[in-house]
Amino acid sequence: MRKSRIIAGLGLTAAALLALTACNSGSPTGSPTGDATGEGEAEETWFTVAEDVTLEGSPTFDAITERGTVKIGVKEDQPGLGYLDPTTGERTGFDIDVARWIAASLGYDEDQIEYTAIPSANREQAIVNGDVDYYVGTYSINDKRKEQIAFAGPYFITGQGLLVAADNEDIAGPEDLAGKNVCSATGSTSIQRIKDEYPEATTTEFAGYSECVEQLKNGQVDAVTTDESILIGYAAQDPDNLKVVGDVFSEERYGVGLAKDDAALQEYINTMFTDGGDIWQAIFDKNLGPAGVEGEQPDVDPVM
Amino acid sequence: MNQLTEYPGVWAQALLGTLILFFAGGAIALVLGIIVGAMRVSPIPVARAVGAVYVNWIRNTPLTLVMFFFAFCVPLLMPGRADWLVLAIWALGIYTATYVAETIRSGINTVPVGQAEAARALGLTFGQVMTLVVMPQAARSVIPPMMSVFIALLKNTTVAAGFSVVNLGNIRAEMSENGENQLVTILWVMAAFVLMVFLLAWLQRMLENKWRIAR
Repeated sequence: MRKSRIIAGLGLTAAALLALTACNSGSPTGSPTGDATGEGEAEETWFTVAEDVTLEGSPTFDAITERGTVKIGVKEDQPGLGYLDPTTGERTGFDIDVARWIAASLGYDEDQIEYTAIPSANREQAIVNGDVDYYVGTYSINDKRKEQIAFAGPYFITGQGLLVAADNEDIAGPEDLAGKNVCSATGSTSIQRIKDEYPEATTTEFAGYSECVEQLKNGQVDAVTTDESILIGYAAQDPDNLKVVGDVFSEERYGVGLAKDDAALQEYINTMFTDGGDIWQAIFDKNLGPAGVEGEQPDVDPVM
Repeated sequence: MNQLTEYPGVWAQALLGTLILFFAGGAIALVLGIIVGAMRVSPIPVARAVGAVYVNWIRNTPLTLVMFFFAFCVPLLMPGRADWLVLAIWALGIYTATYVAETIRSGINTVPVGQAEAARALGLTFGQVMTLVVMPQAARSVIPPMMSVFIALLKNTTVAAGFSVVNLGNIRAEMSENGENQLVTILWVMAAFVLMVFLLAWLQRMLENKWRIAR
């Protein structure tokens, strides 16, 4: 009896030790655009919630009307673009504001929106299954994806960039990656491009970019690669340790993911983007301006 | 079928990753598990305590957390760069060893205690009693549960997919990025696992027949 108690005690101590030694999970804290004051007030002035919207021939809009809420797929680990503050539970970022803008133009305000965080690999399936009405989250338009879903937009253009430690002088661009360890999200286009075009680099693949950034800070990898707009968000959060280097070496055009059969909604959102240049600029300046991203609104693709 | 023929390299690499994790992790689990299993029945109290703490501590921790510890914490404690494949192998091995140890212990309990006493009466040491008398008999009786442990290990290798180890568990992400139909990908991954588990089940039947105990 006494012996088993001693053993139980030892087990508890060991478990406590494991808990204590467990590391920081690497989720970024604080938002780079941490301008929480007057945010709600400012938002009111950008776009207003439309009333009595009708949209003929859009199955997605019909579903939204019937349900009374809008289901939006987003990212939540990309500061400046799509980010969920773990302490306040508030969502911020350029993509999030674009998602709100679309919802407002359809006649739904913030408390009628249901956000769902969907990782990159599951996006097409979530749209095809109808789990979300539309998806706004660093979603690059490409032909393969167009076979399964449709895109509205593009609403933003960026390209693949490199994030390195602030004291790293060796890497100035992708051609310096030979023999270096580069990290990105598992199976992403970015990591596939590194494997194909810069085969001398070693690659590391974690589930999300935040894990890669954590390993970069720990010195386990030399660079993190993905779309530059995402990297700038991380660099802005921790400018003492991280910096973005070199020019972009690809073109990524972000669109809004929609169900394939919904040309009406696609047309509607495209018109909204085209007519809403001022709103676009205001959202852009608020979210990405402080981090030093420059950009202008791209023309939308014609609906096919 | 397209996905296999269009991306043969990706699939081959993923399958290889799974097999490396399985065989290397399994080897560590088997060796460590037998040692710990023997420790738990040994006459030395310290060895028994260490064995019990190890089994109860690691077995009570979700594999994902064990993997997380190895992928994110161990590199900080070690000098130089981490190799995540090696870390994942150790994580799988150390985790699965607890199940192997308990399976071995249950096998040891099937050997009548009189045999160990008789062996000791002949002057054999604890090590000799275990290796010459108890373990050979215990090993035979635990083939079916042991094979279940290894089938679980085979499937657990997919957890390493989230920690920078290429295997069948993360091929879906790459296929999705290439715009392939993911349901097809998942079906192929399933087929691959079913086939590998069939092989293990066949091995189990063979070993059972070969080492059948005549009672």
